[in-house]
Amino acid sequence: MSDAPEVNRPVVTPVRVVIAACLVAPFVAMLWVSSYARIEPTFIGIPFFYWYQMLWVVISTLLTMIAYKLWQRDQRARAAVRAEEGVAR
Amino acid sequence: MNVLAAGTGGVNGVALAVFIFFFVAVTVMGFLAARWRKAENDQSLDEWGLGGRSFGTWVTWFLLGGDLYTAYTFVAVPAAIYAAGAAGFFAVPYTILVYPLIFTFLPRLWSVSHKHGYVTTSDFVRGRFGSKGLSLAVAVTGLLATMPYIALQLVGIQAVLDVMGVGGGPDTNWFIKDLPLLIAFAVLAAYTYSSGLRAPALIAFVKDGLIYLVIVVAIIYIPIKLGGFDDIFAKAGDAFAQTNPATDKPRGALAPAEAGQWTYATLALGSALALFMYPHSITATLSSRSRDVIRRNTTILPLYSLMLGLLALLGFMAIAAGVKVDNGQLAIPQLFEDMFPDWFTGVAFAAIGIGALVPAAIMSIAAANLFTRNIYKDFIRPDATPAQETKVSKLVSLLVKVGALVFVLTMDKTVAINFQLLGGIWILQTMPALVGGLFTRWFHRWALLGGWAVGMVYGTLAAYGVASPTQKHFGGSSDTIPGIGEIGYIGLTAFVLNVLVTVVLTFVLKALKAPDGIDETSPGDYTADAGDPGVMEELPKATAGAGH
Repeated sequence: MSDAPEVNRPVVTPVRVVIAACLVAPFVAMLWVSSYARIEPTFIGIPFFYWYQMLWVVISTLLTMIAYKLWQRDQRARAAVRAEEGVAR
Repeated sequence: MNVLAAGTGGVNGVALAVFIFFFVAVTVMGFLAARWRKAENDQSLDEWGLGGRSFGTWVTWFLLGGDLYTAYTFVAVPAAIYAAGAAGFFAVPYTILVYPLIFTFLPRLWSVSHKHGYVTTSDFVRGRFGSKGLSLAVAVTGLLATMPYIALQLVGIQAVLDVMGVGGGPDTNWFIKDLPLLIAFAVLAAYTYSSGLRAPALIAFVKDGLIYLVIVVAIIYIPIKLGGFDDIFAKAGDAFAQTNPATDKPRGALAPAEAGQWTYATLALGSALALFMYPHSITATLSSRSRDVIRRNTTILPLYSLMLGLLALLGFMAIAAGVKVDNGQLAIPQLFEDMFPDWFTGVAFAAIGIGALVPAAIMSIAAANLFTRNIYKDFIRPDATPAQETKVSKLVSLLVKVGALVFVLTMDKTVAINFQLLGGIWILQTMPALVGGLFTRWFHRWALLGGWAVGMVYGTLAAYGVASPTQKHFGGSSDTIPGIGEIGYIGLTAFVLNVLVTVVLTFVLKALKAPDGIDETSPGDYTADAGDPGVMEELPKATAGAGH
């Protein structure tokens, strides 16, 4: 187990907070059932309850994609830092 | 059950011909799959049981989709909507919640499994906590939960066969009646045996192609025939408002009432947590080529959720179209037969039929891997070679399928459904060991075992106590949550109890200085990716790596 000093890369960074928010948002939206348990407004005849949840499929997909992109960037940045340290070591 | 055969008036010849055409095509593919991306050493469990761990984003996508969205899902979700309305729609938020979850923990499982050559979740649990007992508990739970799931796939095929009119009338003898199902399963068993995970991976392309086609057509064509969604929902609303003589309450609702909202949310959350504990979801995940394939998949897998949502709406269409069936499972096949021209009915039925074969194959492989790695190798023959492991796995995959077949043929369908329901509750109880283990080693192995036992017992007893108008026991998966008083998913309640017991016992055991197991993993293993030193990219030199 390598105990590389982690001072210059804290575990919680603003980017990671955004990633976490993207991943948590669907839970808040979907588990709060009373916020969408109604019929009106309907969309092409489909009650709100159904089209709203299907809309969330799309929203959560977008959020996961954002999280994925941010995570990739975060990892690459960290890998670059690690590589430099590796040279120094 | 032949409720239907009588009502449909004989065999639908055109539909049957189309169905058989697709079935034969898929069978040929299944056998040819053995040659697809073939590795030099095919006598290892990684080859047969994980497709050489070589699948890229698209194959993994189809495989996971084929795996998670089963024939039973296609039949049962709209059937639930048909029966009760809004409550059945929980499957959509459930699949929405799955992807952020797997985004978080599956890449870690992938990494550690590739580093140490783990094939099953129990392999990981044993490696992480150094406890064969805990690993056995996870393996047995996985087997128990998977078996009825396979049986349910047969129920899905049976529903289609019944509506097509093969399966015979009530007077035909049992052999003729069950012959089509027997043939379907013999074929499935044969190509799974010879091609392993490659067969369902290849067939999944056909399955999903057909399913997407059928749903797109259904969601456009049927509403046009029925006069638009306005009419469909108006008729469904009327039907739900009528009082059900059995319960003296309205049959259902278009949006869940106050009382049903806890149930809705807990079912969605509990099912989402449980899904990736199933051995077959893990098998499909571990067969992917790199860590990134999994994360990328979480961004494209929700396409299936959209499809599931549209599919659920078919339940309302079945009501609006005046489909009347005693067995809700037959509502959708019947709707297709009533609405579509014969040839397209055949396509739709083929989609459901093949939709049963893919997950049944993956599930039987996953169950076989569990048995081989965590029961046979750990307890019966510790010195088994990879070739022997593969042989045992192949045989067990056959046994598991035969077992499922006997189950379906000899017992009432409700038994399979009851067990499937219990299976969901049970499999959720393996989560603290698996997901907990992926992030921390703080939990004590004996505490995890204790929590698991409490969750299993509580879940089983609570489910046993649920009565419905038609059943005295196992009438549903929701019960009053102790301490809160709302009605919620039993699996989730049991899970919370499980975690509480695990945490308390961990404190106690740590205070008593109970010995920890040996952890063979190190923190770096959980973030390793393909290409990193020590990560087996294609074929691990020894599948038995974990056992050394």
